[in-house]
Amino acid sequence: MLGRLTVDALPFYSWVAMGGAAVTVGGGVAVFLLITYLRAWKVLWTDWLTSVDHKKIGIMYVVLSLVMLVRGFVDALMMRAQQAVSLNSEGYLPPEHFEQIFSSHGTIMIFFVAMPFLTGLINIVVPQQIGARDVAFPFLNSVSLWLTASGAGLVLISLVVGKFSQAGWTGYPPYSGIEYSPGVGVDYWLWALITSGVGSTLAGINFIVTIFKNRCPGMTFMRMPMFTWTALCASILIAFAFPGLTVVAGQLALDRTLGFHFFTNGDGGNMMMFANLLWIWGHPEVYILILPAFGIFSEVVATFSRKRLFGYTSLVYATACIALLSFTVWLHHFFTMGSSSNVNAVFGIATMIIAVPTGVKIFDWLFTMYRGRIEFHPAMVFTIGFMVTFVIGGVTGVLLALPPADYLMHNSTFLVAHFHNMLIPGALFGYFAGMNYWFPKAFGFKLDVKWGIRSFWFWFIGFYLAFMPLYVLGFLGMSRRMEHYADPTWQPYLVVAALGALCVLCGIACIAIQLYVSAKNWGSARDITGDPWNGRTLEWATSSPPAPYNFAVLPQVGDIDAFHEMKIRGTAYQVPERYEDIVMPKNSALGPVLGVLAFVLGFAMIWYIWWLAALCLVLSLVCVGIRSFDDETDVILPAAEVARTEKARLAQITPDDLHDMRDFLPVGPASGEILPGRA
Amino acid sequence: MIETSSGRSFHRASRLLAVVLLFAAGGLLQGCGLADAPVLFPKGPIALAERNLLFTAFAVMMIVAIPAIVLTLYFAWRYRRRKNGAVYAPDWDGSWVVETVIWLVPGAIVIVLGTLVWTRTHEFDPYKALVSDKPAFRVQAVALDWKWLFIYPELGVASVNELAFPADRPLSIEITSDTVMNSLMIPALGGQIYAMAGMRSELNLLADGPGVFMGRNTMYSGDGFSDQHFKAHALDESAFADWKEKVAAAPDVLDAKAYLELHKQSVANPVSYYSSTEAKLFDIILRKYAPIMGPYESEAAELICRGAA
Repeated sequence: MLGRLTVDALPFYSWVAMGGAAVTVGGGVAVFLLITYLRAWKVLWTDWLTSVDHKKIGIMYVVLSLVMLVRGFVDALMMRAQQAVSLNSEGYLPPEHFEQIFSSHGTIMIFFVAMPFLTGLINIVVPQQIGARDVAFPFLNSVSLWLTASGAGLVLISLVVGKFSQAGWTGYPPYSGIEYSPGVGVDYWLWALITSGVGSTLAGINFIVTIFKNRCPGMTFMRMPMFTWTALCASILIAFAFPGLTVVAGQLALDRTLGFHFFTNGDGGNMMMFANLLWIWGHPEVYILILPAFGIFSEVVATFSRKRLFGYTSLVYATACIALLSFTVWLHHFFTMGSSSNVNAVFGIATMIIAVPTGVKIFDWLFTMYRGRIEFHPAMVFTIGFMVTFVIGGVTGVLLALPPADYLMHNSTFLVAHFHNMLIPGALFGYFAGMNYWFPKAFGFKLDVKWGIRSFWFWFIGFYLAFMPLYVLGFLGMSRRMEHYADPTWQPYLVVAALGALCVLCGIACIAIQLYVSAKNWGSARDITGDPWNGRTLEWATSSPPAPYNFAVLPQVGDIDAFHEMKIRGTAYQVPERYEDIVMPKNSALGPVLGVLAFVLGFAMIWYIWWLAALCLVLSLVCVGIRSFDDETDVILPAAEVARTEKARLAQITPDDLHDMRDFLPVGPASGEILPGRA
Repeated sequence: MIETSSGRSFHRASRLLAVVLLFAAGGLLQGCGLADAPVLFPKGPIALAERNLLFTAFAVMMIVAIPAIVLTLYFAWRYRRRKNGAVYAPDWDGSWVVETVIWLVPGAIVIVLGTLVWTRTHEFDPYKALVSDKPAFRVQAVALDWKWLFIYPELGVASVNELAFPADRPLSIEITSDTVMNSLMIPALGGQIYAMAGMRSELNLLADGPGVFMGRNTMYSGDGFSDQHFKAHALDESAFADWKEKVAAAPDVLDAKAYLELHKQSVANPVSYYSSTEAKLFDIILRKYAPIMGPYESEAAELICRGAA
């Protein structure tokens, strides 16, 4: 009846497991009570959970990501604490727990922090940047969100019922096979990956279609804002790479559940194919995470340097090059598997070639700052911090791309330092910059600058403290994933790294305080015009927060910096001749329902509760059926209501609220003419 | 050019500075424990060459990396908003000269490094036998949970969690695993290579001279992973003779039964010696994972292949 789920699955076997479970359950209960106390259940359900509005879905993605960031970071803190004390001792974590922690840390940070964060930002921003009213498939968007959330739910519940995987976030077989990992841990990992992976694939397809089909009149490909370009390239990567992950996870699930032999030691299995397939997804995944951040940096650096983006065309081609090349380098993750020199050398060189367009991007941002008027807004500070730090990560990346050097550094903490050096500045700093930049667009008021800057410094310094020692430890011969060690020269470095983690903890606290302070003082930091930073792209033409339809009248675009041009021409904030009825998608409960079904399906598969899995599968198909026979998925917003909303918005804006555009004259393509600077 | 006294004293001062810096760097390395860093100060020509490649590539990349970092900080400061008088060019958004430089310079660096990758990857292929006037010393390494078994076909003996070889001969290791994926590495002597069940990989290393080096599995393999390290002894002629004698006198014999016992999971297995081994033990372990059932060439083979598989 309950498969292999027994009372032994409850975490009463050790204090670490009980602690984790208590925090998870306690957090869930606290949220439940808070919502009940605020009597917010109805609002939450009708306005948010069932919403198909891309802006609300985007916000929910980011909230999910921030919650999971805290969970993933606690893992990091526990690992750093363990390694700081475990010289010649067991530390405070037995191997079994340490292994679950590093496995869940990687899984959470990649799949449930970075992915939802970037998907959320793309959701909030891209439709507005291309002058669209919603994504191409609003309901599918909701389904994607809830599939991702159900994957996150599986990771969270593994703290309470059963155990998480001990096989690392990459889950290499045969260790992750049923023979060496007989418990439910790897199954939790697999089903979290499969559910959220399907969600990501659908989201990627949705964005591709949105960007291809929903651009407003005049927005040619070469007039799309950089963030839209990077979102497009990342989405194409998602659509091509994630099926690989789904397939490889499915194969491992077949190995484990039905006794197949795709990746087993014997019986014709080949574990090398797992590494191959995993990294055919895994390397593009790195660029899926980083490209949208590159887009954010491009937007931020132009806006806060008060200049046109330097080398737009170059940046577009560099982005496309990176996207294409990202499929040609996966083998560098296993140079040490014994491939021939020819194979290793080819993939090593391909890896280095990616450094060229990436370097070009850095220099394009650099020259955007050149002769600008840089304002040190938190978004800009994160961007500068990224540029400085990311270069170091790029250098160590090229070092690892040299196969003979990789033989020395592979599997060491040098490698760990390298990829954190790419992903923390290259992805996370970008998302934080995006959060500081677009927060007023999503919520109608600005984030506190002071706490934003503080969060940056803690993250920045914390990053260097935490990861520079790991580079050195790589030279000292320390392998990754060690629960304890016997070399006393390692300990000072690990203590410094632990201090770095504490510093990052302060950075996370600053972000929490920033959100709290900003929400408390929201009235004094309101964004009346919808354009708090004198922005250049179309998302700043809508109100903050935007009306459900974003644009009452679809804009007409004639330049890369479309809104900037409108402001100079004086065509921004104008009342159109007439408003039209707008067709908007209706909310649907089927999104969250499908999410819950996916969660229960995964849970049932993990615990071998076959009848429940079958039931969930059937119910999911029924839901899809119901949706496809529903002919009334849209609602019409009458022109009169649109007119009312727009009128109310424009009435609020006084001439004093508008930005002074005199600095920017004359308009047009770069003439090379330099205007005299003013204070 | 006329050498002035101030010029001379400048030279002297700079030489002094260089010496002081060298000592300071040395002291820093010592203080940070880096003087023993096996990757930075290797004890064999292969590791040294791999390290030198690392250093060369690092230096070449500084051509781009240093300007990028310095210019970022400089521009951020120079063109900050509060500063008066800096030139402001809000519509300047492209320059063929700049674009050409930023595409071609990194491109040129990649061509240089790419050539280096091609030649060095072939040169330091871990499978390639090392050129030496003496024949390579062959060892067969088997990754087990969580220890390393070393079989010495030349000597007919075996050891666990200790590797010994004559310091003046190249070391040629054949590697496989009788458990999950592992990776064998002796950082001071050179790079690593994976150990995988049913497959044979190879690593060719050479030590500069006698010494004791740390070796370990670098690929996470489960609960006992942290303790899965061993000492590699490069021994001179007499020391190696002593070692051979010691092992030959060991009471234990690695027959099929003993191997099955050894195959069981153990953490921080003590160093142990076997004065003789089952014939073709390494081949039998490899064959264990081949998708064929029988007939087995010997009783021992059947025991090993079926006993634990």
